[in-house]
Amino acid sequence: MSHPCVVTIDSRSAPRTLFYGDQLMDVDLPTGTRVVYPKPPLAALKDVDAAIRYAINHPYNSEPLYALLKPGMKVTIAVDDISLPLPPMRRPDIRERVTTIVLDLLADHGVDDVEIIIATSFHRRMKEREIRHILGDRIVDRFWPKKLYNHDAEAPDGLTHIGETDHGEIVEINRRAADSDLIVYVNLNFVPMDGGHKSVSVGLCGYKSLMAHHNPKTMRNCHSYMDPAASELNTSVVRMGRVLNEKKRVFTIETTVNNRMFDRPLDFLAKNEDDLSQAERAALRALKLTLDKTPQSLRQAVFERVPSPYGVTGVFAGETEAVHEHTLKRGYDQYLVPVVGQADILVSGVPYISPYNVNSFLNPLLVQVMANGYLFNLYKGAPMLKKGGTMIVLHPCTDKFDNEHHAPYIEFVHRLLPETRDAMELHRRYEKKFASNPAYIEMYRKGHAYHPAHAFFMWYWGEAGRQHVGRMIVVGADNEYIPKLLGWETARTMDEALRMARTTAPPRPEILALHVAPMMMVEMFAEKPLKSLPGTSEPPPSYR
Amino acid sequence: MGRETCTLPAPAAMADSHSGLDRPRKPQDKAYPPMAASYFDVDGTLVSTNLVHPTVFYMMRQPTPLHSLAKLGRAALRAPMLALAEMQDRRLFNELLFASYDGMSEDRLLTLAGEAFDTVIKPNIYPGARELVRTCKDKGHEVVLVSGALDFLMHLLADHLGGCDVIANKLEMKDRFATGKLLRPVVAGPEKAKLVRDHAREKGHDLDACFAYSDSYSDVPMLSIVGNPAAVNPDRKLQLLASTYHWPIIRLDRAA
Repeated sequence: MSHPCVVTIDSRSAPRTLFYGDQLMDVDLPTGTRVVYPKPPLAALKDVDAAIRYAINHPYNSEPLYALLKPGMKVTIAVDDISLPLPPMRRPDIRERVTTIVLDLLADHGVDDVEIIIATSFHRRMKEREIRHILGDRIVDRFWPKKLYNHDAEAPDGLTHIGETDHGEIVEINRRAADSDLIVYVNLNFVPMDGGHKSVSVGLCGYKSLMAHHNPKTMRNCHSYMDPAASELNTSVVRMGRVLNEKKRVFTIETTVNNRMFDRPLDFLAKNEDDLSQAERAALRALKLTLDKTPQSLRQAVFERVPSPYGVTGVFAGETEAVHEHTLKRGYDQYLVPVVGQADILVSGVPYISPYNVNSFLNPLLVQVMANGYLFNLYKGAPMLKKGGTMIVLHPCTDKFDNEHHAPYIEFVHRLLPETRDAMELHRRYEKKFASNPAYIEMYRKGHAYHPAHAFFMWYWGEAGRQHVGRMIVVGADNEYIPKLLGWETARTMDEALRMARTTAPPRPEILALHVAPMMMVEMFAEKPLKSLPGTSEPPPSYR
Repeated sequence: MGRETCTLPAPAAMADSHSGLDRPRKPQDKAYPPMAASYFDVDGTLVSTNLVHPTVFYMMRQPTPLHSLAKLGRAALRAPMLALAEMQDRRLFNELLFASYDGMSEDRLLTLAGEAFDTVIKPNIYPGARELVRTCKDKGHEVVLVSGALDFLMHLLADHLGGCDVIANKLEMKDRFATGKLLRPVVAGPEKAKLVRDHAREKGHDLDACFAYSDSYSDVPMLSIVGNPAAVNPDRKLQLLASTYHWPIIRLDRAA
């Protein structure tokens, strides 16, 4: 018996409704296809503020936060940027609640040299209204912009060299944080690749540190990003984080949220289509029709204005690694759906949002990241897709970019990808020069653009997927040029895509479909189970 | 000639130390050959003033108030022509404007240059201008100011920004007095593109690897000949063009 979140399609099954960018597409999947649905949202904490206070007073492997404070000391609070969760959390964001309590505690202990840094790394600078969203009016009114600001990885003399790992990885972080007696990191953990040592040693670092792990070689050895123990990226980051924590006092506060991405009127989007009530079916049809008839810019504007009613499921504080162990467990409790048997063909819709396009358009480079980087990597254990299998995704792949946020991406896609798609070659020939373009650096530092090197990182992010997936077929692309640039094939319909995929698949291929969003992950067991699976009466399997 | 050159950085400063990119260039590296020069328009790009501001400053500092009044009066009479020229031809505008310097001594121009720079130009340098120039220099670029303004003022700005090369207009002098005419070639509009091309050729830069920055649609020829153009505080027409061609758009006129 499979997990209740795994639905096998039969001849009476309704079409599945999958995300197709910011629209929905009904697709008929063959009998026998297994569709993986997200788990229901975990119960939210009833008293979040009490949980925050408890966590910082009863930390893991650390003295309580109050015991680390001394009057007159210098403290830097670093906070995750708005790239997570997706969509942004309804106010008050958990980061506001944590930071408010931490600030009150600092004030009670006579600590008034406090600055708050948004740990953007090479992401774009958050705008004031976005920071207001994650930290609230009270904090922004008090600290912005002198003592609450975005990290600047290109600021002259803005970084301090901390040390090197035994693998030669350079650890350098924001000078203010490095000069502080205590760094308090406030994290919101949305997926298992977030948090841990990544928070400070990536969020507050510069190019030299990023180069150590944001490169195609490291990315190829991540199986997957969502399984830190099997991710070389994570291994590198942990090495760097340990060097940092040996030299600097870091108090980590991590929080987890459930996967309640859609509020009550839309929560049917996470349900099995066969189980929808008449009213929900009608609502789904109405929603689909409305999205089909609405101009793209309006659809984007509507989606941007609807935050998600996530519930907070955990608050953990203390020493970075001890904290992160608990965070990961809570995240997996929410996301992991056990599945036995890898697929020959993996099907997934591509939703309208990624960590890199909050308040902007999901451009072609980000569509690639979503497919090869995120959706492919939503597994723990064995990959969902057999090596060389075919992945089918649904997205229009529109050749459109946000000129402000993604300026360097445009040149990357239209000037460099026509030269080569080989990540190693892009890295070797173009990355350093591109990353030192003064115009793009100015847009990163003073405007709201991603750092020019980030475009390369986005391509590398898909590297593990590209190395594993035999063919990528996109359904419903509105042009041929972009899929070709990405190295993808195109199909007008799901039927056509499945016919194409079958030409290189074994007879009677195993087809697996992901019903995202909301967020979920597959715990893939490649072999036949021996004992019961979590949440089922079947025996559990061994990996691979 | 309207060009002045000062010392270039040592070749070592131009070298790229990044691994994999400092090897000998191969034909397939055409898209990103070693860095070369960054050419900056000045008025509206790095400073908020335009050519008129320093000109008015000089007109108001004539030997006597009567001389100043006369100069300003004549300039006021030329104002409609200037406005028309500005719309039609940048070069004609420059020539009409700089006619106001007719009869001023070279000594006086140079003596007042420091004050003109401190009073008119320096307070109006955009907050991010110095950092952008510094970033270019940090990346090994030769920085060149390309301006229709007068060379002696641009040299002061170049020193202030840490820039090192200037392409600017020069007044014609006769017996150490300005004739009110500009030496050829006049730095304006399409001529800027030619001067930049000549400069790059002379210094051995590959234009494909060069950068150019301007705020004005009239500088599109200069922006178009380099591999990496950028619009800085662009006017409406340039903004549209930059958006169409996906040129980076930078705002130095707004605080970060």
